[in-house]
Amino acid sequence: MQEQLINRAKELLADGTVVRVLGWRRGDMDYNPEVAYFNSADELNDFVYNGFCGANLSKYMIEASKLEGRTLVFLKPCDTYSFNQLLTEHRVDRDKAYIIGVGCRGKLDIEKIKAQGITGITGITGTPDAVKVSTIYGDFDIACKDIRLERCHVCKGKEHRVYDELIGESADTRDADRMAGVEAIEAMSPEEKFAFFRAELSKCIRCNACRNVCPACSCRKCVFDSTKFDSAQKANTTSFEEKMFHIIRAFHVAGRCTDCGECSRVCPQGIPLHLFNRKFIKDINELYGDYQAGESADQRAPLVSYTFEDAEPGIVSERGSK
Amino acid sequence: MQRIGVFVCHCGSNIAATVDVKKVVEMAAREPSVVHAEDYPYMCSEAGQAKIAQAVAEKGLTGIVVCSCSPRMHEATFRKAAERAGINPFMVEIANIREHCSWIHKNIEEGTEKAIILARAAIAKVNLNAPLFPGESRVTKRALVIGGGIAGIQSALDIADAGYEVDIVEKTPSIGGRMAQLDKTFPTLDCSACILTPKMVEAAAHEKIRIYTYSEVEKISGFVGDFTVDIRKKARSIDATKCTGCGVCQEKCHSKKSLSEFNRGLGTRSAIYTPFAQAIPNVPVIDREACIKFKTGKCGVCAKVCAAGAIDYEQKDEIITEKYGAIVVATGFDTIKLDKYDEYAYNQSKDVITSLELERVMNAAGPTKGHLERLSDGKHPEHIVFVQCVGSRCSDERGKPYCSKICCMYTAKHAMLIRDKYPDVKVTVFYIDVRTPGKNFDEFYRRAVEEYGVNYIKGQVGKVAPQPDGSLLVQASDLLDNKQIKLKADMVVLATAIEPDPSVRPLATMLTASIDTNNFLTEAHPKLRPVESPTAGIFLSGVCQGPKDIPETVAQAGAAAVKAIGLLAKDKLTTNPCTAKADELLCNGCSTCANVCPYGAISYETKLINDHGIREDRRVAVVNNALCQGCGACTVACPSGAMDLQGFSNRQIIAEVDAICR
Repeated sequence: MQEQLINRAKELLADGTVVRVLGWRRGDMDYNPEVAYFNSADELNDFVYNGFCGANLSKYMIEASKLEGRTLVFLKPCDTYSFNQLLTEHRVDRDKAYIIGVGCRGKLDIEKIKAQGITGITGITGTPDAVKVSTIYGDFDIACKDIRLERCHVCKGKEHRVYDELIGESADTRDADRMAGVEAIEAMSPEEKFAFFRAELSKCIRCNACRNVCPACSCRKCVFDSTKFDSAQKANTTSFEEKMFHIIRAFHVAGRCTDCGECSRVCPQGIPLHLFNRKFIKDINELYGDYQAGESADQRAPLVSYTFEDAEPGIVSERGSK
Repeated sequence: MQRIGVFVCHCGSNIAATVDVKKVVEMAAREPSVVHAEDYPYMCSEAGQAKIAQAVAEKGLTGIVVCSCSPRMHEATFRKAAERAGINPFMVEIANIREHCSWIHKNIEEGTEKAIILARAAIAKVNLNAPLFPGESRVTKRALVIGGGIAGIQSALDIADAGYEVDIVEKTPSIGGRMAQLDKTFPTLDCSACILTPKMVEAAAHEKIRIYTYSEVEKISGFVGDFTVDIRKKARSIDATKCTGCGVCQEKCHSKKSLSEFNRGLGTRSAIYTPFAQAIPNVPVIDREACIKFKTGKCGVCAKVCAAGAIDYEQKDEIITEKYGAIVVATGFDTIKLDKYDEYAYNQSKDVITSLELERVMNAAGPTKGHLERLSDGKHPEHIVFVQCVGSRCSDERGKPYCSKICCMYTAKHAMLIRDKYPDVKVTVFYIDVRTPGKNFDEFYRRAVEEYGVNYIKGQVGKVAPQPDGSLLVQASDLLDNKQIKLKADMVVLATAIEPDPSVRPLATMLTASIDTNNFLTEAHPKLRPVESPTAGIFLSGVCQGPKDIPETVAQAGAAAVKAIGLLAKDKLTTNPCTAKADELLCNGCSTCANVCPYGAISYETKLINDHGIREDRRVAVVNNALCQGCGACTVACPSGAMDLQGFSNRQIIAEVDAICR
């Protein structure tokens, strides 16, 4: 599929449909491609599309929308939800984007390969269903279903929600209950919950990767960066501040988070950040009916629209008392 | 840097008994920017206000903190005092050390500590206050009355008589409401219809009143003086301009089995119907659920017999959009459902009825033409038992915690009327307490007991059991004799609790008017502003605000009308300057604020923004100050914190919280 994508991108550059391409470039290893702009056919020779191209390119379209000319962007099915959400919020310009909906059969998590005790990796090649990991100690064959990203186990489906054209086949890789992790935490006592979150969030090094990669965290000026707010980034005065950072962030993206899973993918400490967002999604679904942010660009989120059917305010204390 | 003066009020002993005011002065004086602090017995007195003026003149104050009662009492007083002294009124903050402090504490140390903290918070806020300047908004000189019962009719008549246009919106096909269903009224026993219908006719004939029956309020936007309301005029299926009200269509209608709402389901009506003989307007509606033409496409007999050609099966709902300056809510009540009171056998026996149903039975236009008879077999009853407080003053969730207020009196009325007309019928009333405050009310009840021989028993009925012979076995306790009793009755009448009409809930949401846990609309102040909603421009008339009888309802309807007239008499209103404002450098242009704004006050503009040297066109939120009501919905919805409320900025509120937590 990679060759198909490169050839089509070259065509679109050549015929002037787009002036640049937003995609993934070979990284220093086979498993860490990086997000990049390609301005010419030559540069496209470094373009890659493989199982490790998990990065969601939607957010990059905010800046690309400000540039002259149209940008070709490759979006996987789940990335298109983020793009739609950004359209809803007027953060990206649909006319500045030429979207190729690219086929996806689930993306892979290098940490899960390493967790199998495989070290000294020199290269990874693969078919849609299995990968061959070459290491200095020999080669290993691993089935893709065992090393998928968490989000792919709760895949939103193989449909692209917004695109100009489609290339490649997609597959729905869902094989787990999306809310199982949230339900496990809900079943905990308040003390257990607090202990769980303290244990997880104390790993946070405030690298801000989760915020920076998050398509919903797209404020021009983040409250954690602005001197206008006391929440601006500064040395911690208590160990609770990391927790506040993540709790505030979860509130800020509530109702807008598409559950793209990028926060958990990029966290260098392996914190399951998606659980926060998913709790909000679960609550919204239960209180206001099923809602998927980004499913279309013209829907109104339950948290910013009012109807007579809305949950009554007392629901908060009722649920809290359980 | 502000120069703040702090004034601590004793409020006689209201504050000074539980708060060491000298200590509050001493501690407040140490706060940043405070250049003056003093206490005084009554800050709201002229002498107290003069203290403020004096300190402004002598110390050059720029901000003022008054530690006193709730700002709902005297904020306006002190703001005006500040303005007279040459300070912007929005530089005044009130620390409520009475309702929030002295009245709820007993210990002077605790009270003093809290008063100091509250003062500190107010000082922290004033440090960040900036002068604000109110604008003006216009007043649409027309009122809307929602509900066409006696409350709505009276409010509408009073407003119209003052010379203002009024529209009444009534959801049923006729105005008249509950009062039209009543037979006689206490304590004078005059015929309800005889005193109501002249009012109905007067309202219908009034040149300033327009009546929309079979209509409902669908959408309300805007604010005091300038509401925009969508009224859904439901399809009557009759052209009201052609209908002569002859009634032939109702006689000839082939579908006559629908339960009559007006007769509380005790009788039937045709599919095309006017609810009662004196209905206004005298134009029928077609109940499309019951109409054979609408159900099967066949029939159409009403159209054939209508000489005026008024029947219009194609008629559609119509939306009328109108502007109003004031809205009077008069949505009234209904009786509660008795599904949860199986012990009274209401759903098992036709001879167990509610008091409102008895009104229809007693009424000449009712299902029995006014003859008192058992609804099961038409027999004349020998013994009728009345049960008071069915669902009222109820401690469990089946009923209502409040007293429905009208039941003692109407039960005495029913008992007396029955004894008067049918001296052979024995009447027993079970009660918890007999409550008869009101002019000539207790005399009325005494008459029932003393002159008419009604047997009042203090105690509650535990069970009503229908017997094979058709009678009802009533098991009850007699608290004065301290014994359980069993009585055989032929009819049981339940004084069923009243509750606000269910339509008030969505309406309150549309009006952003607050309701209490029992769905009664809340008044702005229970004693001093009893007919106004806390939402400006919304006035309360009748039972929608709390249980009341007809004289009280009419009095409150008049009071609500006067408040509405007072508003409509103004040409301009001063607007609240505490409006939202977007920080253009922080605004994402995401439209979240516009989505949540209930007043449509936020729009978007593409502007050239210079963000620290980066010049670019950005989509940013712009607030229309004339429309913004300062509710703050946008400030909490804004993901980037760009939206702020002037006078209640995020920084000010955080400063208050910080001062409290310090």
